[in-house]
Amino acid sequence: MAAISGERKRSSRLKEKTLDGYNFAYLDDQTKRMIRRAALKAVAIPGYQVPFGSREMPLPFGWGTGGIQVTASIIGIDDTLKVIDQGADDTTNAVNIRRFFAKTAGVETTENTSDASIIQTRHRIPEVKLKSDQIIVYQVPIPEPLRWIEPREEETRKMHALTEYGVMHVELYENIAHYGKVTTSYNYPVQVNDHYVMSPSPIPKFDNPKMDKMPALQLFGAGREKRIYAVPPYTKVKSLDFDDHPFEIESWSECCALCESSSSFLDEVITDDKGSRMFVCSDSNFCADRRAKGHKGPGLPRKFEIKDIE
Amino acid sequence: MTNVLLSSKNLSHHYGSQVGCIDVSFDIYPGEVLGVVGESGSGKTTLLKNISGLLQPSSGSVKFDTRVDGLKDIYLLSEPERRLLMRTDWGVVFQNARDGLRMNVSAGANVGERLMAIGARNYRDIRNEATDWLQNVEIGLERMDHYPETFSGGMLQRLQIARNLVTKPRLVFMDEPTSGLDVSVQARLLDLIRGLVSQLGIACVIVSHDLGVMRLLSNRLIVMHKGRVVEKGLTDQVLDDPQHPYTQLLVSSILPV
Repeated sequence: MAAISGERKRSSRLKEKTLDGYNFAYLDDQTKRMIRRAALKAVAIPGYQVPFGSREMPLPFGWGTGGIQVTASIIGIDDTLKVIDQGADDTTNAVNIRRFFAKTAGVETTENTSDASIIQTRHRIPEVKLKSDQIIVYQVPIPEPLRWIEPREEETRKMHALTEYGVMHVELYENIAHYGKVTTSYNYPVQVNDHYVMSPSPIPKFDNPKMDKMPALQLFGAGREKRIYAVPPYTKVKSLDFDDHPFEIESWSECCALCESSSSFLDEVITDDKGSRMFVCSDSNFCADRRAKGHKGPGLPRKFEIKDIE
Repeated sequence: MTNVLLSSKNLSHHYGSQVGCIDVSFDIYPGEVLGVVGESGSGKTTLLKNISGLLQPSSGSVKFDTRVDGLKDIYLLSEPERRLLMRTDWGVVFQNARDGLRMNVSAGANVGERLMAIGARNYRDIRNEATDWLQNVEIGLERMDHYPETFSGGMLQRLQIARNLVTKPRLVFMDEPTSGLDVSVQARLLDLIRGLVSQLGIACVIVSHDLGVMRLLSNRLIVMHKGRVVEKGLTDQVLDDPQHPYTQLLVSSILPV
């Protein structure tokens, strides 16, 4: 989406960097236009699921085809792409999608959150606050938050249109009735701009507050279910709750074993078969940044240099 | 007499060339129980769907006394208005309790859902209200967090009634509420419905082919045959002194015990 520089410069860069025989960013231009139209509509109606003609991609549904199609349609030659999977830049899904766009679009890629202009993500929002010149693209498996309680598409559309969201609280009620608290920990439903209830994709509820009034544009792509939806910058996003059971995010008694952060989302890592475990940041870039700045967590050996693990 | 609650005028419904019901007119007043009887295929259920907003009739009108605007044709209301009416002022008790319940959520949530649907957002209040209603329909509180799948047929039907009455509707439609239950369970359910209806002053339209049920519950009776109303009047009057040949046949068909 960054301003496209001169046509000549562009085509020469494309030639030297991208695969022969493929269009820029893999998708053909008609498809890209179709997806952009859907995305524009989605931005105009925050939280509304816009149907689109999802294409077959060179990887299976459920691996991020929705996110890839959205990214492919908005990416320009001057963009810098970051891809994260479960918070990490170096997991299979992230590495392959990043490589895919490096090959087909010839764009710069990065692991550094603040350097990226487009961030495609699965399961996390980066810990670093996003800026207004960034776009975050979510991969979404099931876009319809009402689906578990109402299987009929005709009915869910009506419920969305008429803001009939009473049933959404039934799930929360069930949680509290059975476990004493809301146990939904990921894909926690939100209401966007006081109208559409939206599934935030399977991010932990820890990340829900980050969506509220976020300066960056948030785009959601569901490839298998063929839906695109969006939250425009600075839009109100409220997590559903009860008056007497307000929304809460996860907290940990430990800090990150590597970077000593106590404000980030931590993953529990089993370290041996004797029950030892450690908690580390799920956002690998955030963690590495902090270590580079000299933070040392309790999990690092005493005489340990940062370069040893990099 | 008070104002009419629901008024049906010259209501007809056709399924293609098939007849659902023809030219049905009646009024229901607050607190009254109206019974609709007739054999299978006589148009009872079609009529019930027509007047409860589930199926638009081919011709004729259905008017309901809305809280704000008075008597209005329910099919001329906007869809959000009609759906709100269905969630608040109306209740529908289905013959098959599974049609009216959410089987994958607990009994308490089933009762609480209608409260949440009209904007209740305080867990404690919803829980308390659901508790009261489960007690009203004689479902033990230890079953509150159990799934309806684990309930017996009679309990399911009572749960469905609680779910409908929790928002204190003014009119409840019941389609064969007791069929498929054994007689002792039937008797208890009838007792319960009769008690709740008189206690809360709810108007009721009950469709049934069981004349015994009708004698117990309803104040007035409509007899339907081949889509038409062939006889109407006070329940005792219709059952004790039937005028129309079909009603006479119907009444004489009751098996003596």
